[in-house]
Amino acid sequence: MLVMTALAIVRTRRLFATAMLSGVFSLLSAQLFVVLDAVDVAFTEAAVGAGISTVLMLGTLALTGRVEKRSTHSPFLPLLVVGMTGAVLIYGTLDMPNFGAADAPAQTHVSPDYLERSPHEIGVPNVVTAVLASYRGFDTLGETAVVFTAGIGVLFLISALRRRRETGDSGNDRKGA
Amino acid sequence: MAAFTLEFIVGHVNYWLFTVLMMTGLYIVVAKGNLVKKIVGLNVFQTSVFMLYISMGKVTGGTAPIFPTDMQIDPDTVYSNPLPHVLILTAIVVGVATTSLGLALIVRIQEQFGTIEEDELLEIEKAMAAEDTRLHGEAMGGLA
Repeated sequence: MLVMTALAIVRTRRLFATAMLSGVFSLLSAQLFVVLDAVDVAFTEAAVGAGISTVLMLGTLALTGRVEKRSTHSPFLPLLVVGMTGAVLIYGTLDMPNFGAADAPAQTHVSPDYLERSPHEIGVPNVVTAVLASYRGFDTLGETAVVFTAGIGVLFLISALRRRRETGDSGNDRKGA
Repeated sequence: MAAFTLEFIVGHVNYWLFTVLMMTGLYIVVAKGNLVKKIVGLNVFQTSVFMLYISMGKVTGGTAPIFPTDMQIDPDTVYSNPLPHVLILTAIVVGVATTSLGLALIVRIQEQFGTIEEDELLEIEKAMAAEDTRLHGEAMGGLA
């Protein structure tokens, strides 16, 4: 179903449908995260990916156009590049451990340590919360810094737009210069 | 080279599925001219990478890494790896921040040039560059 949704995004040229399909894609992936035991990630993906992203995209579509123009380029070169990249990536997965293997390197290095220590060091039942807020607190601080910077950037870009609208400047002065 | 037994294929088909999704996203980014469509493709790519990471943290028979609230932990319970979850939580939030910044840039481009199609933008840019060269040549008195 995920693959079908992704292919539908490729095919459709109505951008409203594209935005909705990307929301569907996020929601489906959130369900997959629940199946893969990552409930916190599923929460975030459903709220942020399916919710906020879709709203932002619809807001952008309201300010721009709704229909995508047909591309004039031939799709063969992108298909070739994409096919080659995919082939290399799949070749890379051949050395990966089997899905769900308990003796995979990812499972045997530091994560048992976290699982063992967090009950008596942090005392929070949810290990993801304990690692996120305590062991990797600086990481989360950096993340908030990134979000803050992005927020400032968006505010600057949008506020410049509003200012020019108020002064009556159409803003399209360079079009076809 | 690993042998292609049934067990091997079943154990790796999830990685291949996510690779296919990733490549779909990459194709949208490369081949489509509309900037909003490109952002959607970037999101598809990003989400498939998240799924790849989360699937690496899954342990068969495991459960979500949340202990009982009375903290009486059964030593036989298998928990999935919490570390990919933490990393991907951070990545999702950063991802939506970059998406919003990209969309704001698109709104700005639409306002400035009146289009968000890559081909038309390239044409406008070419015309602007030609105009700049001409003006520069005139300012140099035909010497340039």
